[in-house]
Amino acid sequence: MSTRVFGKPIRRNEDERLLTGLGSYVDDISAPTAVHVAFLRSPEAHARIVKLDVNRARGHPGVVAVYTHTDLGEHDIELPLMIPHPCMPYPKTQRLLAHDEVHYVGQTIAMVVAESRYVAEDALELIELDYDPLPAVVDIEAALEDGASTTHTDSPGNVGAHLEQKVGDPDAAFREADIVFSERYSIERSAGMAMETRGVLADYDARTQELTVWDTTQAPLTIKGSLGSLFGIPYNKVRVKQPDIGGGFGTKVMFYPDEVLVPWAAIQLERPVKYIEDRIEHFIGSAHERKQIHDIEVAATADGVVLGLRDRFVHDTGAYIPYGIAVAQVAATQLPGPYRVPNFSVEFTAVYTNTVPVTPYRGCGRPQACMVIERVMDRLATEVGVDRVEIRRRNYIQPEEFPYQRGDILFADGLPVTIDSGQYDKQLDLLLETIGWEDFPAEKERARAEGRHLGIGLANYVEGTGLGPYEGAHVQIEPTTGKVWVATGLTSIGQGLETTLAQVAAEELGVEAHDVLVVTGDTQAMPWGVATFASRAAVVSGNAVAVAALEVRKKALGYAANMLEAATDDLELADGKIFVRGAPERHVTLKQVAIASNPLRYAFDDDARAATQFAPARRADGPQLPPGDEPGLEATGYYSPPHATWASGAHAAVVEVDLATGELTYVRYAAVHDCGTVINPMIVEGQVMGGVAQGIGGSFYERMAYDDTGQLRNASFMDFLVPYATEVPAMRLEHLETPSPLNPKGIKGAGEAGCIPVPALTASAIDDALSDLDITIRDMPLDPCSLKAIIDAAPTR
Amino acid sequence: MSSRSVTVTVNGSTFEREVEPRLLLSDFLRHDVGLTGTHVGCEHGVCGCCTVRVDGEAVRSCLMFAVQADGAEILTVEGLAPAEGGMHPIQEAFKECHGLQCGFCTPGFVMAASAYLDEQQRADLTDEEVREAISGNLCRCTGYQNIVEAVKYAAKTMYGDS
Amino acid sequence: MKPAPFEYHAPETLDEALRLKSELGPEASVLAGGQSLVPLLNMRLAAPEALIDLRKLDELRYINLADDAVAVGAMTTHRALERSDAAYSACPLIREALELVAHAIVRNRGTIGGSVAHADPAAELPSVLVALGGKVKARSLRGEREIAAADLFTFHFTTSLEPDELLTELSFPALEKGAGSAFLEISRRHGDYALAGAACVVSKGNTRLAFTGVGPTPVFVESDDPDAAAAATSPSDDIHATADYRRQLVRVLTSRAVGLARERAEVSG
Repeated sequence: MSTRVFGKPIRRNEDERLLTGLGSYVDDISAPTAVHVAFLRSPEAHARIVKLDVNRARGHPGVVAVYTHTDLGEHDIELPLMIPHPCMPYPKTQRLLAHDEVHYVGQTIAMVVAESRYVAEDALELIELDYDPLPAVVDIEAALEDGASTTHTDSPGNVGAHLEQKVGDPDAAFREADIVFSERYSIERSAGMAMETRGVLADYDARTQELTVWDTTQAPLTIKGSLGSLFGIPYNKVRVKQPDIGGGFGTKVMFYPDEVLVPWAAIQLERPVKYIEDRIEHFIGSAHERKQIHDIEVAATADGVVLGLRDRFVHDTGAYIPYGIAVAQVAATQLPGPYRVPNFSVEFTAVYTNTVPVTPYRGCGRPQACMVIERVMDRLATEVGVDRVEIRRRNYIQPEEFPYQRGDILFADGLPVTIDSGQYDKQLDLLLETIGWEDFPAEKERARAEGRHLGIGLANYVEGTGLGPYEGAHVQIEPTTGKVWVATGLTSIGQGLETTLAQVAAEELGVEAHDVLVVTGDTQAMPWGVATFASRAAVVSGNAVAVAALEVRKKALGYAANMLEAATDDLELADGKIFVRGAPERHVTLKQVAIASNPLRYAFDDDARAATQFAPARRADGPQLPPGDEPGLEATGYYSPPHATWASGAHAAVVEVDLATGELTYVRYAAVHDCGTVINPMIVEGQVMGGVAQGIGGSFYERMAYDDTGQLRNASFMDFLVPYATEVPAMRLEHLETPSPLNPKGIKGAGEAGCIPVPALTASAIDDALSDLDITIRDMPLDPCSLKAIIDAAPTR
Repeated sequence: MSSRSVTVTVNGSTFEREVEPRLLLSDFLRHDVGLTGTHVGCEHGVCGCCTVRVDGEAVRSCLMFAVQADGAEILTVEGLAPAEGGMHPIQEAFKECHGLQCGFCTPGFVMAASAYLDEQQRADLTDEEVREAISGNLCRCTGYQNIVEAVKYAAKTMYGDS
Repeated sequence: MKPAPFEYHAPETLDEALRLKSELGPEASVLAGGQSLVPLLNMRLAAPEALIDLRKLDELRYINLADDAVAVGAMTTHRALERSDAAYSACPLIREALELVAHAIVRNRGTIGGSVAHADPAAELPSVLVALGGKVKARSLRGEREIAAADLFTFHFTTSLEPDELLTELSFPALEKGAGSAFLEISRRHGDYALAGAACVVSKGNTRLAFTGVGPTPVFVESDDPDAAAAATSPSDDIHATADYRRQLVRVLTSRAVGLARERAEVSG
């Protein structure tokens, strides 16, 4: 079925304002009477506060208020546990402002409110803070040993969560296996590091009791509900609006102390209050993720078919666990990747450490899982004596096996893992062609003759996306402009929703994408929904927009039929007009239909006057708005997926290793991704490329360098190395479209895809580059120094 | 700390303000002049989100004080598009090539590209040259490839023979 | 991250600047390009009571070729010196090193004098000056003196400048006929400070090497032997690399830089 707008690389609606400096990020929003916030944050990883004296700070010129926990009254709370789970023995979330114990460098202790951020920072220096240091827990394995000191002094240990899950009969699998081996793999901590830090602007009108909050959150509806209930403000008097958001990557989903404290201060002070996190605060105050250590046992046949896996991993959750086990659970469920693996057990322990709390960062456990299973496959290939491609083919879930259930293991949506569709062999074929896999050995040899070490690596992954519970969309034809208005509750964070959702609506309503105005993340415009995370916006909101737009289309045709005195079957909808097939001069515009659908008396412009020349929109005797009917040309639609839909991809890279210095260069990179039906291929490719760059960062450049006292040694862009354009290679991208059978549009998520396989394939490529040496890369990220050390320590094969 | 008077021309308009010496140029432009297109990503001179052109040269406005810009002519992203409307060819190129996603780093890249293209004044730029030229700006969304394409596209539009 | 308050001075002449420096003493910092200083101020790692901004001292902006040296006024930006074809012809090592200093946007503001006076142990220019056997002029109210590069860098972020002195000029000896030079560094990302870098001048069988990133000051070695070079350095461990690794880089950089410099010497000689 050919489409007009859906599936096309339409240029983005949001670009012009963003390119001309007319974006409205939270710090851009004008609030001339606003006061500004700075936080006193803990300089110690674990300490008891002995003295906290804010009086000098309070007296500093330009300071409006300084708050500690003693000022918060009934709001001196711990943040909510967003996703509870029975496997958490003593779940911990942080207080808005610390009491007498602090648990990570960066934890909020006091809030200064002043006439400017400059003055607020001056006042911070006047706060007297004395503390007794306590032992800091940083090493996640040491934290689990008997007698280890505890991250929280009032906890019996450091276990944030412990869960064992099993599919099939791993013990039997291990008994039957011809090949059994064990391995240990690890990934270090990193963070999303969006270019925009977080920020909150809150304004409380005491006369009308309305609280308006602009927040760089990926979950405005959650914020609205929480603030309403915390402050006892009627739900419909709390409005949370997303500003333009400069990147989210998951870091901006969860609840932070400032998201409560800033509105609270606005209510106290009856002045707008603005907090813009600075970059150092972002490093020590906004979430991290990635650190896991996996010990895995593998059972396989002599031909390399995996019969079973037993994985035990330790997951660093930081000082608190507000987001529950999401990251660990996603890693656990994604562990078998695109392979059958009929039996496996996975046991994880989430460990508290005196470090920044961990919540999902793009990928949310999938990069870790991919690293593990793909390295296992590479090792298995060696054990069996086949190449890395063949071993994977022997294990792929085949197209006829879908939907493929993984027994009792529950995905992040609380539902059993059921992989709905995929074409893993075909995907791999396309990848091999794109990277030039077959010709590489010759290239490698030529390079060796010149003294250069090239290697090729590949990795594939599956990605559970598009989770429920649901999203909604309100679609309306505006009676004033004739444009299509779409509002949805989740947020844009750079993924182009103002364009992709416009394309969905435009396709149904016969208009151009640029005639569709999309609003996201305004709780007043669309008060029902969930949030942007887990690669779900296009899937879930996209389908909701389609439902609502289809409803609007039906209504429009129905009204137009009355207005044109024709049968709906004789009507066509195109170019913003509804016309009688074969007699296009008998037409009515969508705007006119929208006007006519409201039995309002005033004719406020020419179109309104013209609308009266048609027959009424409703054919009825009796009241102009019959019972059960609604004015206006609009509809609200919802989509609730039955369960997650599973996207997939395969990436490969050729790398060069400089044996003398340990430097690594990505020579070329190829990515094949399958996110089902694609709304806008240009946007999907952009998402993949951006994810790959983050993956490269996480493979050779970025890691959070905590020392053993819990100090973050590289809390700035100077020493936390986000790659520049010179570190990221050019990429060749290919699509495969295996539509999801789960939703009418066949869409699967794509937002996280790019970053998932990068550490795994990089490790694989380095092994290949150094195939003369007896080297296996098991720990990522690397850097020239650590890679050089590995090279030097390796015996020659 | 005594305040100083600064006179700055921004996008062709002159502004005279009393400022504290420690007021960063980035904050001055955003809040005193009211042009919020220049963004602040790090305040330690690494990310480039704050790039503007001072007396023609691309600089990191978070590493300058407003007082140092006294008497200078500054061009920000708001000053690129022609007065009669539409966008500058560099901005068009970024839209055409999908060189932005969240848009936060974008003004910085656009201004860096503006300075670079004015200096190069030629249509055929290689990927390597462009990557080097934009290597002082961080982007976390795009993976850079489309930004490179956008700059090359802009060069062709601005300096190509057609 | 906003700086702490400071008094601001923008002297109109060098003499006025020197007077201020003398009066205000160590509580005042000198602001040249600001690319190293302002991040420290923004992070409140430094909070001087006053800044002396040298931006009005046009008398310190020049690139002159004289006496077989490139004489550069201290307020000359990296970018201006990098672009100077005359400087490049006389001394190609300068541009080769400058192209690796941070990024072009930073080089638009950063100054040659500022960078050398800042004496970051991983910066490129100090090692260039040492490898070339250059010198600087320092001025105070008490007069002017020359300091040889070998005597200028005393510790990390420390030079032998007196508290009341300003660096006014840097002198980079021109490359002799038949000589060759090379600057190579290994850094984590393009434009980052060097994990280790080498400035090399080879002339008439004599090799001069100065390394950066492997000691509190540039390490000068008059040998082409990688092991001798490594042994002369005193690198530290940090989050990016171990001392051992840096020594290995010195060995690699020695062979590569010397090799390249010799090639170029043959071509020119």
